[in-house]
Amino acid sequence: MTDTTAQQDSPPGAVALLILSAVGAFLALIATGLSPDPLFRLEGWVFTFAALASAAALTVGVANGRYQADPGRYEDGVIRAGAIATIFWAIVGMLVGVVIALQLAWPRIFYFPDAGWLNFGRLRPLHTSGVIFAFGGNALIATSFYVVQRTCRARLAGGMAGWFVFWGYQLFIVMAAVGYLAGITEGREYAEPEWFVDLWLTLVWVVYLLVFLGTLWKRKEPHIYVANWFYLAFIVTVALLHIVNNLSLPVSLLGTKSYSLFAGVQDALTQWWYGHNAVGFFLTAGFLAIMYYFVPKRAEKPVYSYRLSIVHFWSLIFIYIWAGPHHLHYTALPQWAQTLGMTFSIMLWMPSWGGMINGLMTLSGAWDKLRTDPVLRMMAVAVGFYGMSTFEGPLMSIRAVNALSHYTDWTIGHVHSGALGWVGFISFGAIYCLVPWLWKKDGLYSNALVEWHFWIATLGLLFYIAAMWVSGIGEGLMWREYTPQGFLANSFVESVSAKQVANIVRALGGVMYLSGAVIMAYNIYRTIRQPAPAVLPEASGPIVAAAA
Amino acid sequence: MWKNHAKLERHSLLLVLGILLVVSVGGLVEIAPLFFLESTIEKVKGVRPYTPLEQAGRDIYVREGCYVCHSQMIRPLRDEVERYGHYSLAAESMYDHPFQWGSKRTGPDLARVGGKYSDAWHVQHLVDPRSVVPESIMPPYAFLAQKDLKVDDIEARLRTLTRVGVPYTETALKNARADLEAQVDPTASGASLARYYGEKVNRRDFDGDPERLTEMDALVAYLQMLGTLVDFRTYKADAAENLR
Repeated sequence: MTDTTAQQDSPPGAVALLILSAVGAFLALIATGLSPDPLFRLEGWVFTFAALASAAALTVGVANGRYQADPGRYEDGVIRAGAIATIFWAIVGMLVGVVIALQLAWPRIFYFPDAGWLNFGRLRPLHTSGVIFAFGGNALIATSFYVVQRTCRARLAGGMAGWFVFWGYQLFIVMAAVGYLAGITEGREYAEPEWFVDLWLTLVWVVYLLVFLGTLWKRKEPHIYVANWFYLAFIVTVALLHIVNNLSLPVSLLGTKSYSLFAGVQDALTQWWYGHNAVGFFLTAGFLAIMYYFVPKRAEKPVYSYRLSIVHFWSLIFIYIWAGPHHLHYTALPQWAQTLGMTFSIMLWMPSWGGMINGLMTLSGAWDKLRTDPVLRMMAVAVGFYGMSTFEGPLMSIRAVNALSHYTDWTIGHVHSGALGWVGFISFGAIYCLVPWLWKKDGLYSNALVEWHFWIATLGLLFYIAAMWVSGIGEGLMWREYTPQGFLANSFVESVSAKQVANIVRALGGVMYLSGAVIMAYNIYRTIRQPAPAVLPEASGPIVAAAA
Repeated sequence: MWKNHAKLERHSLLLVLGILLVVSVGGLVEIAPLFFLESTIEKVKGVRPYTPLEQAGRDIYVREGCYVCHSQMIRPLRDEVERYGHYSLAAESMYDHPFQWGSKRTGPDLARVGGKYSDAWHVQHLVDPRSVVPESIMPPYAFLAQKDLKVDDIEARLRTLTRVGVPYTETALKNARADLEAQVDPTASGASLARYYGEKVNRRDFDGDPERLTEMDALVAYLQMLGTLVDFRTYKADAAENLR
């Protein structure tokens, strides 16, 4: 198939990937041709095109003898790609968020009766998945590849497999996003992609796990550094959650539609077991791993307490998994399950703050750097928001509080203080650290722009959260308000119109946060375009893990 | 203890095993019993599988992401019961693949919206929400009235549902397409629909356009049956079989 000289020059992984791409394109083309379902054909074309592009790129690469792996060096190319993808998807995901916020503020302007695919119901999953899985996921994959190589002093395992994980994950995002707009959905929050997209993600994820584990096996350090525990818990548990929650039966193997294996109560608890642990393991454990590497590295201080890391790691992952039922208070779920969920949610406060304390106290002796280094400040504020969200969460999981907060904007505010404050800021901090390291620059193009990013985003974030507190608690109180005669005081729609100002402030907050990300993109672009420094910073040296 | 932890830090597979063990406990304890407990698998009189037209409407409800703004779960709180009706029972969503309880009320709860408004109101509201509720922030769904309902795969859809536990009989499956068309046609015989789904099934042209069978027909048929299956005039929450 491939000529022998190329085979000698190229790693076998590249050739294998080339063959797999060609076979994948062929199979996808057949499935596309046979399917009677136009939506399935749409996704089929996306896959076929991606596989063909991959085959073409690999053919050129293999023919030119590229993909030479130098085992003495770290694999940084895939991380560079990951850093750019992270920024790209951050802007896309947040932009969609701004659009749907504007739809809620001014429905007469931002809805288009002729374009049903731009309705809130289709764009909202695009926003949530775009921010969580596309932005957050890329940040996690890129940083995990960086951290695992440095802390193990080993090149990424699996040769081209790292690149397969990267591009395979982008294909997952594109297929999911195209599906959302086209109306292909399983109808479960944060698990909307249909069965065939789920299967593809499962394959990519298993390869991801193997690449990560393989690198651990190659390590030259005796101990596995604490950040890698968190990455590992994130990868393993997300695989478990993803597979169990997406068990569904397709109507046809050549069609998009499937029906979930579970129904009603069982489906509800499985979904929120998944949903809450998407928060716990994707948005918490994974980003704690980022914290455990980048905060000590940037502050040039060891992790505050090794024992606290152990205690909070195991208690966090043990307790988190129980907390799902607090999403189902006062529903048809049996009350004992609700009570268990609430109890563990309150207990969760402690390991969460264990992590916050471990992160913040790492700065002890380096507090002055918060004044001069906006990147470190961004990460410290992220850890602060982590602490705030993980206090607010247990509070909202108490049944009596939940009776008021559930179904309202308060939940949306809570999610965003975690997503924008914690996940967003820690990822931005990591990107600001990574880019000069990866592209071998002295530093960022402009620290002043980082200051602008930090302050605009922080202000926007505060606008957002405050608006959602006001509207959420406000609507919750309006729904349960009675007149002195004992009648309900407000119709539902009165609570809708009462929120208009809050919806506008929220959109403004979102625009500000997005502007911060755009500033970051510009800053990163200029950083990459900077001329190389006269003296190259030491390339890819091993890092002595501070705590391990 | 701290020394023993070093073992986990040195053996990645032990670490993976430890993680798997630790994260499995909670899910097993909380989720597994739900498949066996009386209160979560019990049937309540009146609850039946969706008719083919209603299921088609439900698929559109899922497709359009209605669940991101509308819940279908009334909590046993005074104001909710007065606003929306009797609190939701587990049995009322026992044939819901997937469940659509929702988590957010940007719009009102829909668990018992069936029968509260006329078909014409629903159609007008879906076509242009602000023409009937000026303060509404709901998206417009005019395109549903223009789109013919896809009916050729309804039997395959219901057959898939039987595989995941919805008790459609073989003859009901065979009749699915005819039943679907009969439900929007008041002149057709409703005997087959009544046999499989009961006498109470709504049979009429839902979208105000008797010439066509549109997605609007299906969605309104689904909305109009939501929460109407259990007769709460005769349902005794305090009866022994309902006390759990």
